[in-house]
Order: sequence, then C-alpha cells, then structure tokens
Amino acid sequence: MALLEIKNLSVAFATHGGEVRAVEGVDLTVDEGQVLGIVGESGSGKSVSSLAVMGLVAANGRVTADRMSFAGHDLMKLGPRQRRGITGRDVAMIFQEPMTSLNPCFTVGFQLTEGLRTHLGGSRQELRRRAVELLDQVGIPDPDTRLGAFPHQLSGGMCQRVMIAMAIACNPRLLIADEPTTALDVTIQRQILELLLDLQRKRGMALILITHNMGVVAETAHRVAVMYAGQVVEERPAAELFRHPRHPYTAALLEALPERSAGQRRLPAIPGMVPGLGDRPEGCLFNPRCGRVRDVCRAARPPLLPTDGGAVRCLLPLGAA
Amino acid sequence: MLRFLLTRLTLIVPTFLGVTLLTFAMIRLIPGDPILLIFGERNVEESVYNQMKADLGLDKPILVQYAYYLGDLAHGKFGTSIITRTPVLSEFLSLFPATVELSLTAITLAVLIGLPAGIIAAVRRNSVFDHTVMGASLTGYSMPIFWWGLLLILLFSVTLGWTPVSGRMAVKYFVEPVTGFVLLDAAMAGEWGAFRSALQHLILPAAALGTIPLAVIARMTRSSMLEVLNEDYIRTARAKGLPPWRVVGLHALRNALIPVITVIGLQVGALLSGAILTETIFSWPGIGKWLIESIRRRDYPVVQGGVLLAASIVMLVNLTVDVMYGLINPRIRKGR
Ligand SMILES: Nc1ncnc2c1ncn2[C@@H]1O[C@H](COP(=O)(O)OP(=O)(O)OP(=O)(O)O)[C@@H](O)[C@H]1O
Ligand SMILES: [Mg+2]
Repeated sequence: MALLEIKNLSVAFATHGGEVRAVEGVDLTVDEGQVLGIVGESGSGKSVSSLAVMGLVAANGRVTADRMSFAGHDLMKLGPRQRRGITGRDVAMIFQEPMTSLNPCFTVGFQLTEGLRTHLGGSRQELRRRAVELLDQVGIPDPDTRLGAFPHQLSGGMCQRVMIAMAIACNPRLLIADEPTTALDVTIQRQILELLLDLQRKRGMALILITHNMGVVAETAHRVAVMYAGQVVEERPAAELFRHPRHPYTAALLEALPERSAGQRRLPAIPGMVPGLGDRPEGCLFNPRCGRVRDVCRAARPPLLPTDGGAVRCLLPLGAA
Repeated sequence: MLRFLLTRLTLIVPTFLGVTLLTFAMIRLIPGDPILLIFGERNVEESVYNQMKADLGLDKPILVQYAYYLGDLAHGKFGTSIITRTPVLSEFLSLFPATVELSLTAITLAVLIGLPAGIIAAVRRNSVFDHTVMGASLTGYSMPIFWWGLLLILLFSVTLGWTPVSGRMAVKYFVEPVTGFVLLDAAMAGEWGAFRSALQHLILPAAALGTIPLAVIARMTRSSMLEVLNEDYIRTARAKGLPPWRVVGLHALRNALIPVITVIGLQVGALLSGAILTETIFSWPGIGKWLIESIRRRDYPVVQGGVLLAASIVMLVNLTVDVMYGLINPRIRKGR
C-alpha cells in the first residue's frame, strides 16, 4: 500500500481579485522508502501542494481532494488535533530559507527538542541526549555547545542542518524537502543534498524532493512528477522519464538542461510564459507554448492518462505511435 | 552589553543638565513673584520683602542663582520648599508612591487588557472583534485625558454613584504607610474595608490614565503580531505539529513582544505627564498634583527639584527598558 496517496487535490486561494486555483487536480503517490522528485517552474504549485499534505495551507486557502491518505489515515477527515499528531511526527518538512525558518528568539536546543517533547515526551536529560545525537547525525560539529546557540550565530548551511535535525527528530516516515538547497552556497548545496539522501537511505524514510534542478532529480529520485501551472503533467519512473519524456513540457525542460545543450551558446529557453493564476488558457494549460499543439489541445483540459510506468497529461504524447 | 550600558549612562549627563536649565529658566519666565504670592492680598512691607528675597537667594543675579542651584545639586541637595519649608526630596518621596501606585495600576490594566486584545485581534484578523478593538483603541487614543476623566466621573461617580470622586481613600480609614502604596498597606494590615475603599478610589483615575497606553499597546501588539505570524519560523513551528496556543503564545508572541516592550517603555514618560493631569482631575495626592500646585505658587525649588526628580525616574525607566529589550532579543544581547 502506498504511504501517501493523493487523488485530485486542488487548492484555491481567496484573494482580492476573486478565487484563484494554485493547484488543480494533482495526483501523487509515494511509497514507503521512495524518493519522489517534484520539478516545475516557479509558481507551478509545488510548495502549495506539499503544504496541503502538511495541513499548513494559509488561512485564505481552500483544500479539496477526492482522497488524501497517509499510512491509512484519511487526512481530509481528521480533526485538527489528530492531524497535528501526524504533522511533525510522521510527516516532516524542511523549507527553502533556512535562516528565516528558525525562530530567532529561541536556542537551537529548545527548537530541536520541542517537537520531541510534544510528540514523544521524555525527561530533560533524555531530550537533551537525543538532541545532541540528532545534531551529530546531521553533521554539526561540537553538538553539545551548539544546543545553546541562537540561529543568528549559525551559517545558512548550519541552519539547514538544524532544520533537518528538527525534521527527522521524531523518525518521520515521509520527509518533504522544499528546495532545501536553493538558498545556500553551491559548495554547501551538495553537502546538504548528500546528507538528506544519506538519512533517507539509512532510515528508509520516503522523501519528496522539490527542486528546480533536473540534474539533482535525475541522480536521486525513483519517480519524478513534473508540475506545470498547478497540475502534474507527467509522473513516471525517473530513468524512463529522462530517457523518453512523454509530455512536451518535460521534453522542453530536459532540452534546457545545460549538459544536453552543450556546445550551444545559450540555453534553449522555453518560448512563452507560464500562465498566471488568473489567465489560465482553455484546454491544455501548456498549449500556448507547445510546439505540437493541435486543435484538440485547445478544446478541453486533457485528463491524466496512463502511460508506460506512470501517467501523462497530454493528448498527443511524445514517443507514442 | 556593558559598552551599551556605558554609552547610555554617559548620555544621561547632558540630558540631566538640560532638564535643570529648562526648569530653572521656564519657572522664572512665567510672570509672578513667589513672595508676593505668599502674602497674597495682604500688603507686604518693603523691608520684609527684601529680607525674604535675600533669605531665598533671589536677590542675586540670575546666573549666580543657577550656579548655586547646580552646586547644591552636586552635593545632592534638591532645595527646600519656599512655602512649606520642608526639603523638596522628602516631599517628593512622600508623594511619589501615590503616583507610582496610580501609574502602575494604569499600565498594568493597559497591559492586561491591551496585550490579549491585540493578540486576538491579530489572530482573528478582520473579524468583528478585530474591528471593534481597533475602533475602540483609536477612540481611546484620541481622547484627551481631562475630558475623558471628567466623563468617567460623570458616569461612574455622579450618575451611577459607584466610585468616589477624589482622593485615595475614604477619610474614616487610616492605614500605617509601610510601602506607601495604600492598596498594599491596607492588604498587609488586613484592613479590608480600607482596601475596598482604596480600590474604589483607584480604579477610575487608573482607567483614565491607562486608556492611552491601552490603546497604544493593543494596536502595537496587533500589528507586530500580524507581521510575525507571516514569518517563516511560524510555518516551521506549525510544521512541528505544535498546538496553536504554543505557536501563537510562544513562537509568535515572543518575537512580537520586542517592539511592544519598547512601546510600553516609551509610554512611561507619557504616563507621568498623563498622571499630572489625572491627579489634578481626581485630586490624587501624588507628585502631579504637587507640581501643579507648586507652579501656581511659584515655589521655585519644588518645581525645579520635582521636575528633575521626575525626569530622572523617566530616564531610569527608559534605561531599564533598553536593557530588557536586550534581554528578550538575543540578536542584541550577543555581539553587535
Ligand atoms: N496564500 C496565498 N494566497 C494567494 N496565492 C497564493 C498563496 N500561496 C501561494 N499562492 C500562489 O500559488 C501559486 C503556487 O505557488 P507555489 O509556492 O506552490 O509555487 P512553487 O511551485 O513552489 O514555486 P517556487 O518554485 O517559486 O517555490 C503561486 O502563483 C502563488 O502566488
Ligand atoms: Mg516553492
């Protein structure tokens, strides 16, 4: 059975200009111990979808889904209290901005033991010992003294390590990493990524890795979901998706990868722009930018259709006969 | 931290001198002669007048008077009242507890009501509660104290008859002053009738005086809270699965309090000037009423010494607030 199963997830935000749909009909499945990569341009709804799983969508957002279950719990039916019992314990999340994601007024030790205390309890000494252990596991030197440090005394990379330690504190079965390295120095990026994958392998936890970096996904993910304008347009095993992309958007993203365009002076940027929240086109959302567009593509939103090993949201997928 | 304290302390010296100069000059600039005021309607003989003037040192050139005044201050002497002939310092010390009692009650009321009101308004943004609190605090903030005080007296004392109009306690009671806070002294002596009476006397002036700080604290708490609630670390706290009271009451509030405490500190100066008006309206026997009377009588030493002492208290409080600000904000405490 899948650890996380999402069917037809939509998130709409009430704004001054009326209701906007940031996420529309997203299906996602993550198995125990699996790494799912989610890629997509800025604003495609990657963060909002994962926040919906955490139950952390902003107050002006309305979340609907046919099904959203985690380890047998129907997340849509749980009351807030039971939901909090899962959030932070069985599902944890780390964010893009490590420096601002830690509370400046509390020590590392306090913030690290807080989740443990809430979900698992334990004496002061036990919590402290566990906190030292966690800091050690995420590769923070001299963990004993670091417990008393405030976030502003740590570098960005250190802050992200603390965030990871906090996230894995209660042994979650699923960790969502939302662009965990985007805000860090290039040299640090590699280290943090390796730390995450190492922890994932050792603990056998599932990992959703959200990133802009196709290269990272190619190396690490078992499955990949490509998001475009609030929808999943292709979801398939990583190796196959990279070898034979089915959706024209996926293909265009791969074209834009530096390795593939080696020799060319400029990256082949995808022509056109991502449609805004308010001006979604009729039919397929990608049709204004698609090189293979036909009249049928403009008529109606294509459903997510099964394809080899996964699904694709395209009426005329690549590589089909 | 030590450096920070030292720079703040060196700043106190020029402020102190400024206050002496201002009060010394101001009280002499307004027309009126203290000696003539003592004698009032009665005529005073030329020789007696000159004798008194010499006794008080008022016959000397103005700059010499100022120099003498500063010299006395340097020896810790705050002068003696022209009217009552008692030292200014001891008068101040005997009256100051009444002002502190009034101000503390006022600011406590303001914090106890303003802080939760601001927090709830922020969490329930745009709700009826939010709009009510913000409307009420805008009204409260714009209300002149003397007018607001009189309205309160009219309603609660005159129309409803719930509270007395003036003073600190009904005359039939007496409690031995230990702390100088009537409320505390009565409670310690177990005089519950006196305690009740003191409370009844205190509540109205404290409400009048606390209204502006209450409005300021509620508004500041709300806006500070709204800002903090959008921060990334609040999302982190919620991602840990913490209960809402902990996210709001600990993670958000701790950060939101930093500017609120500064504002409360700044209100102390305003509180003291508000106390002067409030004490006058409610005949509250504190330093406000004392200063106003001494100005009316041109009691130079009292005005000079009293204002200087009050200003020192304000400076001291502001310094304490700065130190506290450092204590709750780790980014200031360590380094920088
Ligand atoms: N509280 C909100 N109110 C209104 N719109 C919102 C809100 N939160 C997110 N959105 C909108 O939802 C859309 C999807 O945002 P999301 O953060 O999921 O994008 P993303 O794929 O994570 O992009 P990025 O790569 O930049 O992080 C964006 O257009 C964003 O403006
Ligand atoms: Mg995002």
